Amino acid sequence: MEETPRFVGWGALVAAAAFALALAPAAGAQQKSVADDIARYRELLQDGNPAELWEMRGETLWRTKRGPKAVSLEQCDLGLGSGVVKGAYAALPRYFADADRVMDLETRLVHCMVTLQGYAPADAKKQPFGDGTDKKSDNEALVAWITSESKGVVINVALTHPKEQEAYRIGKAMFFHRAGPHDFGCVTCHGEAHKRIRLQDLPNMLDPADARRAYTSWPAYRVSQGELRTFQWRLNDCFRQQRFPELEFTSDASIALTMFLARNANGGTYNAPALKR
Amino acid sequence: MTRKKFFAALAVTGLITGCATMMSDADISKKALLVMKSSFKEKGQAKLDRLDQDEVQATCSLYETPDKVPKDVAQRLEQSQLETIRYPADGQLLGNWKAGEVVAQSGVGKQYNDDPTRPSGGNCYACHQLSKQEVSFGTIGPSLLGFGKARGNTEESRKYAYGKVYNSDAFSACSNMPRFGHNGILTEQQIKDVVALMLDPESPVNK
Amino acid sequence: MADPMKIRATLQGDTVEVRVLMQHEMETGQRKDAAGKTIPAWHIQQVTATNNGKTVLSAQWGPAVSKNPFLSFKFKGGAKGDKVQITWTDNKGDKRTDEVAVS
Repeated sequence: MEETPRFVGWGALVAAAAFALALAPAAGAQQKSVADDIARYRELLQDGNPAELWEMRGETLWRTKRGPKAVSLEQCDLGLGSGVVKGAYAALPRYFADADRVMDLETRLVHCMVTLQGYAPADAKKQPFGDGTDKKSDNEALVAWITSESKGVVINVALTHPKEQEAYRIGKAMFFHRAGPHDFGCVTCHGEAHKRIRLQDLPNMLDPADARRAYTSWPAYRVSQGELRTFQWRLNDCFRQQRFPELEFTSDASIALTMFLARNANGGTYNAPALKR
Repeated sequence: MTRKKFFAALAVTGLITGCATMMSDADISKKALLVMKSSFKEKGQAKLDRLDQDEVQATCSLYETPDKVPKDVAQRLEQSQLETIRYPADGQLLGNWKAGEVVAQSGVGKQYNDDPTRPSGGNCYACHQLSKQEVSFGTIGPSLLGFGKARGNTEESRKYAYGKVYNSDAFSACSNMPRFGHNGILTEQQIKDVVALMLDPESPVNK
Repeated sequence: MADPMKIRATLQGDTVEVRVLMQHEMETGQRKDAAGKTIPAWHIQQVTATNNGKTVLSAQWGPAVSKNPFLSFKFKGGAKGDKVQITWTDNKGDKRTDEVAVS
């Protein structure tokens, strides 16, 4: 496992190659048909997307009285008013006056867990991601459910408040920030059209059509990992492969970069939790 | 107050008050680095100094793509990077192509979850087509299929291949390709092996 | 305690289509962990589906079934409002039963 070639990009590439070839009708199949077969495989699985298990658990978590104050999250304001979940994700990140900060979905959830449910911030941020075993992350489940309530909604991230504008610009600067032993920045893999890392197609996050396609497809159930993965997870794993230190969950940089990428996807129709290999 | 000093003063104010509306791109970049430093935490071998930039990284981050780097800037960078290249003391540039293929396939190394005591890979296939057998190759870099057949296994092409792997920016400023020798990703022997993979007539690259 | 299943049962003509998602590790017993130790097998062995108490499907599963499995099947003789109940039992004796009304 640990010998799996890794790079700045989209994960366990050898696994993709292996199943793509197994699905290919004949040895020596063209690259095009390999990509087609991956698409077909995805289509076949879409009917029973295990992401729904996370959505279901997330909805229960949302409605369950939890934390020191034993209240549910049902009064949490995700930006459209207290308790409104439908369509909320499509307008995040956004500026929240009550916190005087731009927040993405995860940061807002932590905020609500702290202010409404009385959790200590460290406890609310404890397990952002599942580790591939049966130790599941509550954050991923909540995100799965809340994002699913924006299915079919057009991404509409505002840049009206000065702090929103600043977050966008900082996120943009981060996107082009090349550093580390490999000189990598986000732009290395996601700044040009029609590029591939191994067999994995790379979205050009500076191109609106590509950015929409990519951003609206997270979270996704990753068949190769047996886990639902959030957009936040995607960013973290990109930075790992970029040879950077670890991006902290709900940090300003994480919110700023999400702001930049989400805004670039404005106009796209949200279509997740999805399914990826 | 000169214009320049005025802007410097404004930048400082901006940093302290968090006022965003007046910030220039340069100030935003500075603030972005501060934000990053407070948002990343060191893990394994990846410390926070990895967010800092050397001259090449800082300069290249100013341009969206390598083709937007002005000619004179590119030439200056290429010259400075050319001077970093250290050729092997024994003068031998050609290693073993089979060992080179292993380097080209392996993508481990320098990530926070990698064991720093184990050798890094070059991960060439992630971005380049190299052989007909390996269909899982990326397209961020050009195809190198038949590289040695086209250029010949001459001293000149060995020197170029070694230098390019050692420090790609010496030949193409702000290249997406890591500076494998300069930044200590690959050892001298590993680079020799990759050169052999590129140039040896027996290597799958030239079959 | 295992997580609940997601079950949908819909009547189409004279046939009830049931679709079930189950949350389970489905560990094959063939894999090794980072330290090289074999990860013990842990998978669903028995699946039964009943409609108003009458068994409509009974299956024996093994390690070849994927993690978080999806099961889809059809049966005749059901009506709207019937209770479809799914039960799985794994090789550690863990058990889970969930129920849904046919819609």
